[in-house]
Amino acid sequence: MKKLLVYIKDYKKESILGPLFKMLEATLDLLVPLVMAAIIDKGIAANDTPYILRMGLLLVFLGFVGLVFSITAQYFAAKASVGFCTKIRHALFAHIQSLSFSEMDKLGTSTMITRMTSDINQVQSGVNLALRLFLRSPFVVFGAMIVAFTIDVKAAVIFTIVIPLLSIVVFGIMLWSIPQYKRVQAALDKVLGITRENLTGVRVIRAFNKEESEVGRFKLSNEDLTRLQQFVGRVSALMNPVTYIIVNIGTVILIYSGALRVDGGAISQGDVVALVNLMSQILVELVKLANLIITVTKAVACANRIQNVLDIPVAEKPTGVPGAADDSTPIVEFRHVNLTYAGAGDESLTDSDFKVMKGQTVGIIGGTGSGKSSVVNMIPGFYPATAGQVLVDGMDVAEYDPEALRSRIGMVLQKAVLFKGTIRENLAWGNPDASDEDMYRALDIAQAREFVDKKDKGLDSEIAQGGKNLSGGQKQRLTIARAIVRKPDILILDDSASALDFATDAKLRKAIREIDDMTVFIVSQRASSIQYADQIIVLDDGQIAGIGTHDELLAGCDVYQEIYYSQFPKEV
Amino acid sequence: MKKPSTKQFNTLKKVLTYIRRYWFLLVLSLIFAAVTALLTLYVPILIGQAVDLILGPGKVDFAGIFVILKKIAVIVVITAAAQWLMNLCNNTITYNTVRDIRRTAFDKLQILPLKYIDGHSYGDVVSRVIADVDQFADGLLMGFTQLFTGVITILGTFGFMLSINVSITFVVVLLTPISLFVASFIAKSTFSMFKLQSETRGEQTALIDEMIGNQKVVQAFGQEDEVLERFDEINGRLEKCSLRAIFFSSITNPSTRFVNNIVYAAVGIAGALSALSGNISVGQLSSFLSYANQFTKPFNEISGVVTELQNALACAGRVFELIEETPQVPEAKNAVDLDNISGEVALNDVAFSYVPEQPLIENLNLTAKPGQRVAIVGPTGCGKTTIINLLMRFYDVNSGSIQVDGTDIRQMTRGSLRTGYGMVLQDTWLKTGTIRDNITMGKPDATEEEIIAAAKAAHAHSFIRRLPQGYDTFITEDGASLSQGQKQLLCIARVMLCLPPMLILDEATSSIDTRTEIKIQQAFGRMMEGRTSFIVAHRLSTIREADIILVMKDGHIIEQGNHKELLAKGGFYANLYNSQFSA
Repeated sequence: MKKLLVYIKDYKKESILGPLFKMLEATLDLLVPLVMAAIIDKGIAANDTPYILRMGLLLVFLGFVGLVFSITAQYFAAKASVGFCTKIRHALFAHIQSLSFSEMDKLGTSTMITRMTSDINQVQSGVNLALRLFLRSPFVVFGAMIVAFTIDVKAAVIFTIVIPLLSIVVFGIMLWSIPQYKRVQAALDKVLGITRENLTGVRVIRAFNKEESEVGRFKLSNEDLTRLQQFVGRVSALMNPVTYIIVNIGTVILIYSGALRVDGGAISQGDVVALVNLMSQILVELVKLANLIITVTKAVACANRIQNVLDIPVAEKPTGVPGAADDSTPIVEFRHVNLTYAGAGDESLTDSDFKVMKGQTVGIIGGTGSGKSSVVNMIPGFYPATAGQVLVDGMDVAEYDPEALRSRIGMVLQKAVLFKGTIRENLAWGNPDASDEDMYRALDIAQAREFVDKKDKGLDSEIAQGGKNLSGGQKQRLTIARAIVRKPDILILDDSASALDFATDAKLRKAIREIDDMTVFIVSQRASSIQYADQIIVLDDGQIAGIGTHDELLAGCDVYQEIYYSQFPKEV
Repeated sequence: MKKPSTKQFNTLKKVLTYIRRYWFLLVLSLIFAAVTALLTLYVPILIGQAVDLILGPGKVDFAGIFVILKKIAVIVVITAAAQWLMNLCNNTITYNTVRDIRRTAFDKLQILPLKYIDGHSYGDVVSRVIADVDQFADGLLMGFTQLFTGVITILGTFGFMLSINVSITFVVVLLTPISLFVASFIAKSTFSMFKLQSETRGEQTALIDEMIGNQKVVQAFGQEDEVLERFDEINGRLEKCSLRAIFFSSITNPSTRFVNNIVYAAVGIAGALSALSGNISVGQLSSFLSYANQFTKPFNEISGVVTELQNALACAGRVFELIEETPQVPEAKNAVDLDNISGEVALNDVAFSYVPEQPLIENLNLTAKPGQRVAIVGPTGCGKTTIINLLMRFYDVNSGSIQVDGTDIRQMTRGSLRTGYGMVLQDTWLKTGTIRDNITMGKPDATEEEIIAAAKAAHAHSFIRRLPQGYDTFITEDGASLSQGQKQLLCIARVMLCLPPMLILDEATSSIDTRTEIKIQQAFGRMMEGRTSFIVAHRLSTIREADIILVMKDGHIIEQGNHKELLAKGGFYANLYNSQFSA
């Protein structure tokens, strides 16, 4: 939380002036009962009509000045809170973008999005409200007490009892109910969970005729929720009646002691009216203050969550670039690489060791969770090796300037991701300077030319968010084209042709093979996709079970045989 | 404030039918509300009377004051008690009503046709049952507590003020609407600013969602700076329009307060002048001042409550839409409970489509004798699940009929039809609970031995045993800690335990590793022995061994026959089959 305050330093002026003007306004509010007392005591008692009118105008004037002060304060508060949060939003977004994949995996995307949106919005309303009320409310409460004391000390003693009592009740109930509301939320989440489950699992539930038992389960949770809500409601419903009693009993005592003082000649009738008015002001402000505290507590919790993200250190970027490599240096080399994902117990890759020469096509095959994706994700340095080294052109990727490294790699991830915008804009991600010719060449290779040409606007056709207006196969082909537009030295296809039919897949592989000097990694579950690679790496449970050509592996690698024959049964 | 439309009126009537069960509490609540409001207004008058007895040194009527103060104390306590009781009534009414509505909605979920559930996003339905009902509860509670008391307070204040002094009342009544006018004027003029703010926020959230959700791609293509630039551009616009919206809307409070201050000053002047002519006492003036302070409050509250109630009714409307959705075709009156199903399934002239304009399945005839295997093949997305939907009667055929053991499935109870099938779908669904709960779904009274035997037959026993709490390991809905293959094995174990005469199996595509897949195949094979099976098949061996192959494309069944016949035909199937072997 504290570190976030750095971002408010550009709004120092606003953050001081806002509360200041609010306090000035509050001072005026406190003067009103005094003016009224003067009207009663001097105007009415002395039968002085001009005095009454003068004081009346003074009340209007006080109101007007109060309005000006208050609007000024609102402006400064709004400016400071909005500006503050705009800066945080920028900083947080930039920070999240620079986080490594391991960090992102650990935190999860949806958390990040909540931090960026609702958490920051909460902080904004918290800051806004705090700047407006944090000084004002206590100021009015204590100000009212002080003004009361200036009228008459003895009559005002009751204030010193009422204020603490009110505070105890208001804050006590608030403090009690905050954790209770969390329990209510948890109960509600459970009801929500059951509802969701009944939708996602509707086929299974009906197949097993479980409708009635699900209704029973829902009923129990729903009852729990209702009971809890009523319990919490009953206690919070005490707040208004109890504070009402305190304030009014306080007033009764105030009138009585006021009567004694008036009888003794210490104060006037108008003073008693003023004291009664001051008493009623206190309650209003205390309730405001309590609400403010809730909002601020929430905002602080949100701010801390934001701070936690900002506190994740960003590793310093390496800046190395390899010298000119001769042909004998492998373009990619794994030297006894181990990889353990953050938070995972077991190694995902163990002692991976292989070399790939420039221009080779490498197939990587194995079951789910065998480490195929891990291998290719380590080449652009997305995940650092826990032991051993990954080298590209003889340079450890841990020392390689990531931008320079990644600009040489065309990466096609398992999940075909396209962005809202035109096809051209999406392809330009691969290379901002690509000409139409370059783009068409890439589309040709990716077997995507045909369907792009069929669209009315060709390259300028719009892609909806998440590529929703394209089929899975079309998306995959466009992501492949995007990688090829880069004219990369290394092309990585991470199981990225799974939605293509066999014929298109074969054509795609043929077209890629024809590109000169490009090293290609193909990750696949299909033996047919990698069968003709120069080198096939067979992974099994994070270990390399075999490296070689199709024929070599079919002759000597059990795991490869198992995979191959499960897809191409022997008898055919 | 918009005028309530007939739709809202109808929703209100429906809400009232739920509330009617608690009419006694409702009447009590209204009585307590009236008591609270009137007594609350009476207290300032009493205070005024007390002040009038404090005239000056030596002119204080202590006996009179004492009587009044005692009265105040008693009234205050009664008021507080009435207020609390009113709150209790309202709480009970609100939360019970909400519970009832939620329960009705959930009951409805169980009998809704699959068509509705498939046609609506889960989020949409969940938000109707949870968020909308919640919002409705808030509105209802607030409406109860504030609407009625607000109205009574306004009327009461008006009455009390009139009883003290007519002309000053006139001043208050004339000036008060200004504050309401100012508030609604500001709300109206800031509406477009808030709209712009929420649109800009939406735009920014979309960008955040897209870019952070796909950060790997952003980083792989080194687009961080470009993306940040786009973000900052939106962020800058958001700053500007947020500032406008927040600032201009925050003028409301100071402005209405200003109007209230004017009212206060006007009452002060008018009151003081009347006091000079002896028309009003100082104490009465002080009562008046406290009324003037409060008079606008219920107005503002009521206008807030009306908006809130309209919102609540809109939410309730969405829930009622769900509750009133046409349920699935009810069970036929003479529906039979078939047990001892032998497993003969016949489809006669079946026609079906999800939307009338797009005919899907037409003239489908198929007879599967007990123990036969039917493989359904075709490219992804060709509508293979449609067949499952019809067999399980998740959807009803449009014409023709499906029979099990010669009985039209529409003449059977859904329960007995579905008990006759064992279903393993590719998108494995496990319920929140223990592994044991999941396996025993179809047979809750299974013994430990039976459970373990089923798990062993499904090749699931060995991995379950290795889990931290074995069969008592708790898993959540998405079975997070289990792999896809393990989840599928659990689903198989679930069917293994009851072993019904007919099976519907959905073979996994690529997401499962080879070894687990072999296990699943073996388990499938064991299960299918002697059972009529419908298999959505991807594997050649399964397809080749099937007695009947249904070849589907774009939702239509284009070929039907066994492997040899279809190959000989040289059609789509033959093509599909051969393509798997061309490199």
